[in-house]
Amino acid sequence: MSPFWIILAVLGIAILGFVAGVARARASVNGNLVKLHSRTGYYGSFVAIWASLPAFLLLGVWLIVQPIVVDRAVTAQIPDEAIAATGNLSLINGVVRSVAEGLSRLSATERRDLDIGVVAARPLIASKGVALASDVEPYMIRAADTLNRLQAAGVIGRTALVLLVSVVGLGLALLRIRPAQRARNSVETVIRGVLLSASMVAILTTVGIVFSMLFEALHFFSIVSPINFFFGTVWDPRFAAAGSEGTAGQFGFLPLAWGTLYISTIALLIAVPIGLFAAIYMAEYATAQVRAVAKPLLEVLAGIPTIVYGFFALVTVGPMIRDWIAIPLGLGSSGNNVMTAGVVMGIMIIPFVSSLSDDIITAVPNAMRDGSLGLGATKSETIKRVVLPAALPGIVGSVLLAASRAIGETMIVVLAAGVATNISANPFQEMTTITVKIVSQLTGDLEFTSPQTLVAFALGITLFTVTLGLNILALHIVRKYREQYE
Amino acid sequence: MTDAAMETAKPVATRPARTDFGLKKRYRVERRFRIYGVVAIALGLFFLVALISSIVLQGISAFRQANVEIDVLLDKAIIAPNGAVNTDALMTGNVFRYDDVIRNAFAAQLGIAKDDKGTARTAYNLVSKGARIQLRAMLAANPDLVGTRQKVSFLLDSNVDAFLKGHIDADIPESRRPIKDRDIAWIKQLEDSGALSMKFNTGLFTFGASSRPETAGVGVAVIGSLYMMAIVLALALPIGVAASIYLEEFAPQNRLTDLIEVNINNLAAVPSIVFGILGLAVFINFAGLPRSASLVGGLVLTLMTLPTIIIATRAALKGVPPSIREAALGVGASKMQAIFHHVLPLATPGILTGTIIGLAQALGETAPLLMIGMVAFVADYPVTPNDPATALPVQIYMWAGQAERAFVERTSAAIIILLAFLAIMNITAVFLRKRFERRW
Amino acid sequence: MNDILEAAAVTETGYDPSIKMSGRDVCVFYGDKQALFDVNLDITTNQVTALIGPSGCGKSTFLRCLNRMNDTISICRVTGNISLDGEDIYDPSIDVVELRARVGMVFQKPNPFPKSIFENVAYGPRIHGLARDKTDLEEIVANSLERAGLFAEVKDRLDEPGTGLSGGQQQRLCIARAIAVNPEVILMDEPCSALDPIATAKVEELIDELREKFTIVIVTHSMQQAARVSQRTAFFHLGILVEEGPTDHIFTNPVDRRTQDYITGRFG
Repeated sequence: MSPFWIILAVLGIAILGFVAGVARARASVNGNLVKLHSRTGYYGSFVAIWASLPAFLLLGVWLIVQPIVVDRAVTAQIPDEAIAATGNLSLINGVVRSVAEGLSRLSATERRDLDIGVVAARPLIASKGVALASDVEPYMIRAADTLNRLQAAGVIGRTALVLLVSVVGLGLALLRIRPAQRARNSVETVIRGVLLSASMVAILTTVGIVFSMLFEALHFFSIVSPINFFFGTVWDPRFAAAGSEGTAGQFGFLPLAWGTLYISTIALLIAVPIGLFAAIYMAEYATAQVRAVAKPLLEVLAGIPTIVYGFFALVTVGPMIRDWIAIPLGLGSSGNNVMTAGVVMGIMIIPFVSSLSDDIITAVPNAMRDGSLGLGATKSETIKRVVLPAALPGIVGSVLLAASRAIGETMIVVLAAGVATNISANPFQEMTTITVKIVSQLTGDLEFTSPQTLVAFALGITLFTVTLGLNILALHIVRKYREQYE
Repeated sequence: MTDAAMETAKPVATRPARTDFGLKKRYRVERRFRIYGVVAIALGLFFLVALISSIVLQGISAFRQANVEIDVLLDKAIIAPNGAVNTDALMTGNVFRYDDVIRNAFAAQLGIAKDDKGTARTAYNLVSKGARIQLRAMLAANPDLVGTRQKVSFLLDSNVDAFLKGHIDADIPESRRPIKDRDIAWIKQLEDSGALSMKFNTGLFTFGASSRPETAGVGVAVIGSLYMMAIVLALALPIGVAASIYLEEFAPQNRLTDLIEVNINNLAAVPSIVFGILGLAVFINFAGLPRSASLVGGLVLTLMTLPTIIIATRAALKGVPPSIREAALGVGASKMQAIFHHVLPLATPGILTGTIIGLAQALGETAPLLMIGMVAFVADYPVTPNDPATALPVQIYMWAGQAERAFVERTSAAIIILLAFLAIMNITAVFLRKRFERRW
Repeated sequence: MNDILEAAAVTETGYDPSIKMSGRDVCVFYGDKQALFDVNLDITTNQVTALIGPSGCGKSTFLRCLNRMNDTISICRVTGNISLDGEDIYDPSIDVVELRARVGMVFQKPNPFPKSIFENVAYGPRIHGLARDKTDLEEIVANSLERAGLFAEVKDRLDEPGTGLSGGQQQRLCIARAIAVNPEVILMDEPCSALDPIATAKVEELIDELREKFTIVIVTHSMQQAARVSQRTAFFHLGILVEEGPTDHIFTNPVDRRTQDYITGRFG
């Protein structure tokens, strides 16, 4: 049975358990429900939980452990010489897996023919629709047999054991039902556990992000030294043919960092003044009607998917900047350039600056404004000299959040910044960013052993660290600011 | 005594001297400052209008598509040379046979001589290359038509379509335009005979990926997106609500709770591409789920959407006044009962609003889907979430990389469709909030 | 005869040096709700006028009309006539910024800016361009702090944030901030309500000293305070000015029954 059907079966048992639990609770007090500690549904749920939860836990553990055990057994069958010869265990493992797949499709006679050596393994397996990357060594057939045997045993074992646990859980729970039993409390404890584990998903996600990237990044740094990566000025990953040595390519991070920073800076130069002045106007000057219209409209800018901005940059803004500015000034000839990406990204992050700044300016207590206006300050003097200085930390926080958004933005730069790596001050030149390179290294065929693929994880964890730092700093500043006025 | 005498007699008190506060200059500064604000808002709104209108202007024409209606003789000798006329035989037979059928019919329509094969072939270029598949599908669905004469409407080639929409300038030299003078004459002829018509482009909504613009559509991508939205809804809503209830109602003040809160706030601001890398490493590389599948896309988007839903749900739960909880506890309900019977129902509108906004975000997300291999040429509808699929924004990304004018038009149209979905979702959210919002 | 002449002269030019401000038929509306009803009140030059009454009686509303702080509340509407030195302050030609520079205000809760003590006091002179140079500004700040009785306490820590002072010091800082602009009138909205008795005594002492140079209007809910610091008192009740006159007179010999009840503590 596949896990899906096992889950369905267990759920079926759980429903049976629910019905049985309700019936037994009823019977235990001869229908006089007041004598029960809890409502009958809780007794039913109690049984259902015992019938399903342990079984699901077992299934989960089994699904994680079985591949590891099988993998170990199969690897043990592969002679050390073979590993040394190819230098690549995962390659052999891949072949073994395909052989196993092919062997499982053979009929009994075909299998006998293969064992006594009447037919060659590779063409036979290929005729069953499984193409192999290399010739089949005898040890591979042995390993493949082990794999198939263990897998088959695993499926039977897991089905039997999980269903058994489910039924036993149901039986034990049924036996425990008594009128005085606190079924509701037990059920609620379980629900509470479920709620807690749901909130742990956030931590698991972060852990998942860090570990998934960390391991591959460390793997990368064992091939390319961190110094060459972080301080290299040349980005030339050169997709080498599998197995050929010496053409590792160069992975200099600096050109990507420069492009990212340059584009983000332009974006912030556009978004911060516009966003800040818009926020000031809406918080301090606008009538309620103007605010009710302008604020949501500006926030629409934040709701538009980034791919739309990317396309807008590619077909509208890029050609415009190329034809009207770059070519007349002789600064560049491509619509894909830093300026295009920066301007469009700036438009995108205007609402990130304006919304948060607006909230923060509005949170400055009115006593501050009254104090200044009461002295005869004009409105703009009050804003510039009292409100903004008081709101400054919060505004800095919002700008930092916008910066982190700009650095991590992908689709605009993928479509509009270009792929050439340049370290130059000319904003009308193609440059590239960290995110663009992550996308280009991780689309297409992946080889989790080559630095060309692994470098994306190193880039990813660098990006994650930088944005995480900015976010934590920004959230910290904003929270401190809020506390000051609460 | 006269009035004049009184004037002179009166001891006039003089007002004290006034200080000069430099008001003129200060008001100039005030005005300028205010103008900056107006300009900033105007710029923001201008960008919004420019963005939307440039997309709409480029994309609106894609909702119409040139079709030609031809009288086709479905010649049995060509279509089924071995005489077998049934669905299976038709589907397995050589698809290029239908080219002959349509070419003959088209040449006849244009009045090209039967033996002038060369001219007929050139003329046939005006019809979409998808015509043969269309005809085969039509006959396979209804084999009885073979041997009869039918009026069939075919798509025209994207160049013809572009010419008819005025995207190709007839004044530039013939050698530099894809539509030649002879083609223009044929098009005129078709127009005059009434065979050519611009119809609503249903194919845009039903077709999948295609290398020919006229047979490319977002249908398959929309299904992929819907699968993912269903997965996100099925996973992120319960997990998000459960997590929020725990954090808002049960969580003790301790390190673990702090850690969870910090994590949620940070995850909301992590670049989306990082979630894509997570999906690639964990779901595909570690757990062995298939690449390009909407299942994996849905899982990745679920993780991305969770923080949004949790933050909105917690705000909604916080908005329910403590008096409601106390009332329930006061009549002997357990804490769990108070929450599930009273607090949660009252918080539902807020939770739904947050969920819809989270879903809208997920629907427009592209970058993480690129990481998990959804940049795929998918021409067939996915049947299960495990099948290769693509998503609407990814389809837009792939079309954006195509150089042809017809694809620019279609990309814009796909964006209009995407924005329409988003607008509907957001308006629903606003409506829900307005309709069910309670003031305590 | 001369008295009559003089009175006639006053009405014609609209200026009487002994009356700093006066309100005629002042009504205030918050949206549809009327908060003040036809208030007529004169503020005497270089005296302290106390506005007393139970909470919600409109005394703060009237005070905020005197330098048009009510303008900052969008739903607030003022009718009638309020004049400063005989000029209608609600006249369109009157500049609200200039008005507030001439009629300063101290608020109920001390509201120092989140800046240094020096910057708090220097703020007004700076925006109004009252100091010629840096030494001039320093002198204005020192003088104002001196007159607010705060200089001795803070002279060594002028660079520290004003928010770090104690409540009473903060309020005196706000007074120093107000007098640094050298206004003609200072409005005080329950300046001692957030302060402890010792700090209150200091502020009251200060108010008495300031009377020499400034005209002061103070809103207070404490009758004792009104009796201690003011020369004239106006009693408000439910938006109506019930009675006004010399303080000793109001407190010893009130005419209106409601005033009697209030000062004898029957309601409040």
